Amino acid sequence: MIKYLIPIIALFQKDFKSEIRTRYALNALVMFVITTISIILFAIAYETPPYEILAGILWIIIFFSAMSGMARTFISEEEKNTVMTLHIITTPITVYFGKLLFNLVLLVVINCFSTVLYILLMPNFSIKSPDIFIITLILGTIGLASTSTIIAAIIAKSNTKGTLYPVLSFPILLPLLLEVIKTTKLALEGEYFQKAIPDFQVMIAYFIVITTSSYLLFDYIWKD
Amino acid sequence: MLKIEAINIKKSFGSRKIFSNINFSLNSKNILGITGKNGSGKSTLVKIIAGIITASSGELRYILSDKVLDYSEINKYYGFVSPYLQLYDEFSAFENIALISKIRNIYVDEKKIQQLLERVGLIDRKDDYVREFSSGMKQRLKYVAALYHNPSLLILDEPRSNLDSEGISIIYEIINEHKLNGSVIIATNDLEDIQICDSIIDLDKISNSK
Amino acid sequence: MIYKIMLGIGLTIIIIAGLSLPMVEIPKFWYEMPIVPGLGDKARIIFFHVPTAWVSVIAFISSLYFGIKYLRTKEFVNDIKSSTAASLGFLFCILATLTGAIWAKFSWGTYWNWDPRQTSIFILLLIYGAYFTLRSSIENEEKKATLSAVYSIIAGLTVPFFIFIMPRIVSSLHPDPIVNPQAKIHMNPTMLTIFLISLLAFTGVYLWIFILKIRVLNLILHHKMKEHE
Repeated sequence: MIKYLIPIIALFQKDFKSEIRTRYALNALVMFVITTISIILFAIAYETPPYEILAGILWIIIFFSAMSGMARTFISEEEKNTVMTLHIITTPITVYFGKLLFNLVLLVVINCFSTVLYILLMPNFSIKSPDIFIITLILGTIGLASTSTIIAAIIAKSNTKGTLYPVLSFPILLPLLLEVIKTTKLALEGEYFQKAIPDFQVMIAYFIVITTSSYLLFDYIWKD
Repeated sequence: MLKIEAINIKKSFGSRKIFSNINFSLNSKNILGITGKNGSGKSTLVKIIAGIITASSGELRYILSDKVLDYSEINKYYGFVSPYLQLYDEFSAFENIALISKIRNIYVDEKKIQQLLERVGLIDRKDDYVREFSSGMKQRLKYVAALYHNPSLLILDEPRSNLDSEGISIIYEIINEHKLNGSVIIATNDLEDIQICDSIIDLDKISNSK
Repeated sequence: MIYKIMLGIGLTIIIIAGLSLPMVEIPKFWYEMPIVPGLGDKARIIFFHVPTAWVSVIAFISSLYFGIKYLRTKEFVNDIKSSTAASLGFLFCILATLTGAIWAKFSWGTYWNWDPRQTSIFILLLIYGAYFTLRSSIENEEKKATLSAVYSIIAGLTVPFFIFIMPRIVSSLHPDPIVNPQAKIHMNPTMLTIFLISLLAFTGVYLWIFILKIRVLNLILHHKMKEHE
């Protein structure tokens, strides 16, 4: 186990340090979230949107911020032509899990930021069932990270990287998005935890299915 | 002792055939040269040997004391240098080597890295970012990356590209020293490089004689 | 030849029988069909709409099957089969969406109302759309084949989630003659026969176009290979 873990963490550290030095993804993402939320605030003015809309908007922000940031990990290797370097020094499995870990951490940071900002600024967005909301956020984030990582690996090999990313991700992410929007709404309505459990089970199953299939298919994507 | 065997390797991209019928076997203390005009598939063959791309058909075996190695771990046994191999621009020379050995899951020995950097003449620049390096310096650094994990096989695609005469004499020294215990594969069109090879695969001839 | 004649006869039967056989309260003769409460003549769409949806699902599954086969064998023929199946599936998917929307306009009063069936066919359209966008943006043929196969596998794996999620989010108005136990449409033998012939004939049309396209693409591939040698 340790044998596999050390290279994965080393690769994660490389990406992390590189991100700290260049701030390619993080700055853009923070600005993206701020701009989007302010546009929404201007648009709704002093209205109080219903819960469905509020839950939907939050996940739209999270979806598109993931779409603008998660692709970086693979595209940057492709642009810097370091894909081959990784081929030579490590296994595809290490690359996949290293990148997944990095995307997960990046997404946790950005989702915390956008959620806090959203809670502070959006009128009527008060969470009455924090337990449901926190589990939703956790499961939504890991599901999103795992899908966006494998799709990022696919689009990094294509010609129209940026535009293709949301196009390919959306149909795959739709089941997850429908579920998180639903449970977010439940959290706003102050439902009992039990009511969200079937949805959480679906989200966990989704994460397991996507991650396992990515793990099995990554070899084909990674090898030229 | 590491032995590399290739049996009937063929590669085609889609409907376009690059080469076929590649057979060789390489023992340690030997140098294998791969030549052929531009576009004949030298780099493709080198990448197949390094396991970066897969052959369309045929077999490639790394044999270590009579045991065929698993394809997923052959990268521990070779060092790879080529013009299209890139190191990480946003890290320093030293960091690059340390990072690569960490990802390879081998101990980061600072002294050893310094020795190798000294050998290729980069010790004074070890803390500078690689993006500030000239292409020749980057090529030198790739030799450090290729040698650090003590591989039995050195795979060199155009070993002298971007190097000055001092750099070339350093790599010749490295090749000759490596030959004492290990094996070397050189993909080149340079006559001087070809002369040091013990056997040659000429991709032009193979594709003509099919 | 015999295949084409059979197809022609089959499709003619469906068109004539599907559109002209009378629908009555209680069918007495072999040629009469039962009235579907609330639908009337609009129920006749079942002979044309359901088969297109059926074919688009079959095409998706066969595209997935050949995609997996390609990944295992790396034989180009399988990629050609996979992408051809997908392109035909896309065509039938569009037909199913359009016929469904027209029918919905007359039965539900609106072309589109995010009924679970409409949503699922919409998702299928999205997946097909994404699949072809991906294919068109990769030049390297091998890479194109591999990545699109991988993508369709991942997309295929998410489809079962919709089956579980959709009914819990929206309730359906869609009549469901086969799966639903409280079936709104009770088919008599005549109706069922026409329906089954229709499924068979549409699948036949799909297979026919599929085989034709594969033959053409194979010829092109061989021609290219000869040119290179």
